[in-house]
Amino acid sequence: MSKKQPNILEHELVPKHEILSPEEALEVLKKLNIKPYQLPWISINDPVVKAIGARPGDIIRIIRKSPTAGETIAYRYVAVDTVKPKKKGA
Amino acid sequence: MPITTKIGSIKFGILSPDEIRKMSVTTIMTSEVYDNDGAPIDGGVMDRRLGPIEPREICPVCGNTRDFCPGHFGRIELARPVIHVSFVKHIHMYLKTTCRACGRIKISETERQKYLELLKNLEELGIRYLEKRLFEYIRRKAAAAQKCPHCGAKQYKIRLEKPHTFYEDRGEEGQTKLSPIEIRARLEKIPDDDVRLLGGDPVDARPEWMVLTVLPVPPRAVRPSILLETGIRSEDDLTHKLVDIIRINNRLREHIETGAPNAIIEEEWELLQYHVTTYFDNEVPGISPAKHRSGKILKGIAQRLKGKEGRFRGNLSGKRVDFSARTVISPDPNLSINEVGVPIDIAKILTVPERVTPWNIDELRRYVLNGPEKWPGANYVIKPDGRKINLKYVDRKALAESLAPGFIVERHLKDGDIVLFNRQPSLHRISIMAHVARILPYKTFRLNLLVCPPYNADFDGDEMNLHVPQSEEARAEARLLMLVEKHILTPRYGGPIIGGLQDYISGAFLLTNKSTLLTREDVIDLLGVANYRGRLPEPAILKPGPYWTGKQLISLFIPKDFNYKRPAKIASASALRCIDEDCPHDSLVIIKKGEFLIGVLDKASIGREEPESFIHWLVKEYGEDMARLFMDYVYRMFLRYSEKHGFTMGYTNLLLPPEAKEHIRRIIEEKKKEVYELIDKYRKGELEPRPGRTLEETLEDEIIDLLSKKLLDDVADAITPYFTLTNPVIIMARTGARGNPVNLTQMAALLGQQTIRGRRIVRGYFNRTLPHFKPGDLGPEARGFVAHGFVDGLNPIEMFFHAAAGREGLTDTAVRTSQSGYMQRRLINALQDLRVEYDGTVRLPTGEIVQFRYGEDGVDPMKSDHGESVKIERVIEKIIGWRI
Repeated sequence: MSKKQPNILEHELVPKHEILSPEEALEVLKKLNIKPYQLPWISINDPVVKAIGARPGDIIRIIRKSPTAGETIAYRYVAVDTVKPKKKGA
Repeated sequence: MPITTKIGSIKFGILSPDEIRKMSVTTIMTSEVYDNDGAPIDGGVMDRRLGPIEPREICPVCGNTRDFCPGHFGRIELARPVIHVSFVKHIHMYLKTTCRACGRIKISETERQKYLELLKNLEELGIRYLEKRLFEYIRRKAAAAQKCPHCGAKQYKIRLEKPHTFYEDRGEEGQTKLSPIEIRARLEKIPDDDVRLLGGDPVDARPEWMVLTVLPVPPRAVRPSILLETGIRSEDDLTHKLVDIIRINNRLREHIETGAPNAIIEEEWELLQYHVTTYFDNEVPGISPAKHRSGKILKGIAQRLKGKEGRFRGNLSGKRVDFSARTVISPDPNLSINEVGVPIDIAKILTVPERVTPWNIDELRRYVLNGPEKWPGANYVIKPDGRKINLKYVDRKALAESLAPGFIVERHLKDGDIVLFNRQPSLHRISIMAHVARILPYKTFRLNLLVCPPYNADFDGDEMNLHVPQSEEARAEARLLMLVEKHILTPRYGGPIIGGLQDYISGAFLLTNKSTLLTREDVIDLLGVANYRGRLPEPAILKPGPYWTGKQLISLFIPKDFNYKRPAKIASASALRCIDEDCPHDSLVIIKKGEFLIGVLDKASIGREEPESFIHWLVKEYGEDMARLFMDYVYRMFLRYSEKHGFTMGYTNLLLPPEAKEHIRRIIEEKKKEVYELIDKYRKGELEPRPGRTLEETLEDEIIDLLSKKLLDDVADAITPYFTLTNPVIIMARTGARGNPVNLTQMAALLGQQTIRGRRIVRGYFNRTLPHFKPGDLGPEARGFVAHGFVDGLNPIEMFFHAAAGREGLTDTAVRTSQSGYMQRRLINALQDLRVEYDGTVRLPTGEIVQFRYGEDGVDPMKSDHGESVKIERVIEKIIGWRI
């Protein structure tokens, strides 16, 4: 346990996540003509969300590699997740 | 019809006793149904006031006849309340979360206010999923309290014994049963706001309404009785059940009034509960379903709604339709792929409504005169006032005379009408396609063989359905979107899913073969079949006489700016491969400026599911219409040539010379020897186990390696020199028409090792497969090695092993179809409402985003170049006629 937790953001399978500034977020919402909750949600308990320090209500931009399009951009709305994750074996 | 009213929302609630009484026209009190004359008794379950069911009966309540009376409810006043099974879970939740003494939610007042505020905010924002979570949270919290925070009363655990009995666990006092009366009393005490906090609706679904005191009796039309041929009346299951309920209800009331012993009352109360429960749902776990005298299980209300044949899936999501037909299918290569042959008897029943205009009036008059019996005729005429006249019973001459613009004639289906054609299971969009009708004699639907693959149809007795679109919009959509030619390319990967198969491919190969020379008669015959109008090309050979090649004929149909270069399928055999134009095997197809220069046409060029092939580029670059014509005409020429040439295969085509057989025998012997050596090594303990495997597993693995892959490859190499492209079996295998090299070895040489679940066959007796072997024999023959092919014939033991291994495949398919069918249903249900919006995003109907760009690249695979938006190689090839 003394071993330091590796930084998951550096892992090759973790795509780039970034928190949008309120201005950027507004622009994205306007472009898509939606309210924030109509975006796909991401749990506040998601390891990457914790690692980049996003807060509920933030919008995250994910830039990932795609086999069809080379690079794609997705957005996620950070949501509080009151249901505690089930313990294994439950 | 224009939409005048839109449904904004639907809300479901629970009927309150007051509502039930208000909507009922009578109480139903007697279990008698009919009197001695067979007339319904007033106050019985078939009371006339519940609505008329006989043709000219007048409703005593609303004065309407059967067709217009909506039906009226009655009611049964229950002597004692009973629990509604469908709500036991909710009742349990309310009992757990509220105080047994004061009925308030077991949450402190401050918290209660806080949550009420929170709930109000969520409602204003309209965030339903968070509401749900809040209720869940409050419920959990309230259920955990041991003491009421309001009145301080001690709380007990409430236990639900399925299906509908509640017990309160009162510590030392032990378990006490809660009667529906007590339960109802507790539910009544819950304040409205507390109901809201628990996710309930105090206006439309007060919790105490979940305990029934009055039972609504549905109108007679909901549960019609059937008059059997014998004159005996047979009542609906619900009617039977209602009679049962009334009977026991009356008995219970009488016993209560006469002050019968408590035990008897309890027992009858329980029985009433049972009847009411099974009336609602006769498949409740934990109680035996109510049965007819015959032992048949009765249908409860829930059974009417549930499942595949239930109201939702059986009558609302899917229903039976008019203007449809179903019969056996059979092939007709002379139809276009866009056509379907419709039997004349069917064409006389299916109709298309056609409005009379000055331009079609003469034609429609002729149809009306012909009437329903003579094709092409008509079955009905609809006058401008909306009256429908059946042409069977009318003076058709007079009617035809009076026909004027504005009339609608329901004429027979005729050539050129667009129809939808479908084969189950409809797993695809291409399981239902539009065809152009062609009325033909005899009694089967006829279709072109090239459209079998999308429907997955064959002619071993398959039946298909046909539907006739009735409106101009439906016909236009069918023609423009659903026509077969629009589905030559599949949206799966953008390649052709309709294309040459089987004898089309062997025919194309034979026709385009280098050694095929055609006389003038042959050429005229073939071009005639292909509907060619024009001059004959210059013959390729002038001396000793004029001869044409097959490639010349194909060239006549290729657009003059078409360039193409690709190896043929036969080039996949290493011996026939070519790298450039200098190709002695004629296995490289080159078309330049519409001129078919070298190569042979086979599966790689004209076959189905061959992306980037000749036919694929033809569809993509010259349109579906052009490709359809090519398939209709040129493909027919392939079949014609195959007939002219004669193409057959038999036993003798598979025979090998003695020296070849000897060679194969030696290969088998050699491999067997190696196997025995391995077994020897294993017995002596010299075998090294592979990593992660036991010694036995290692031995089995190595034996399988030796006997299946390696052996069959060696034998295949040994026999290929004896089979050349003059042999029809080889033509079929190499051109991709049917069969493959493995099938060849299996027929001509040997089947090889038979396996079950990837292992040699080990089942049967203890330590041996069959009594013909010694126990513990690990040799090839004892474990399912088949050393003969179909030409030589199998010995009885081999035949047994082959059948055993063959069965595995059959069971696998049976299991797979049912599993994939259910998976398909789930997927479709989950995905059916997704839609690609104009901005390229994929969204739910509510606007929630699923994908930010369809497929991440926004490419429609059906319109793509085999998955890419533009295939640059093809663009270059198209222009310079060369593939880099």
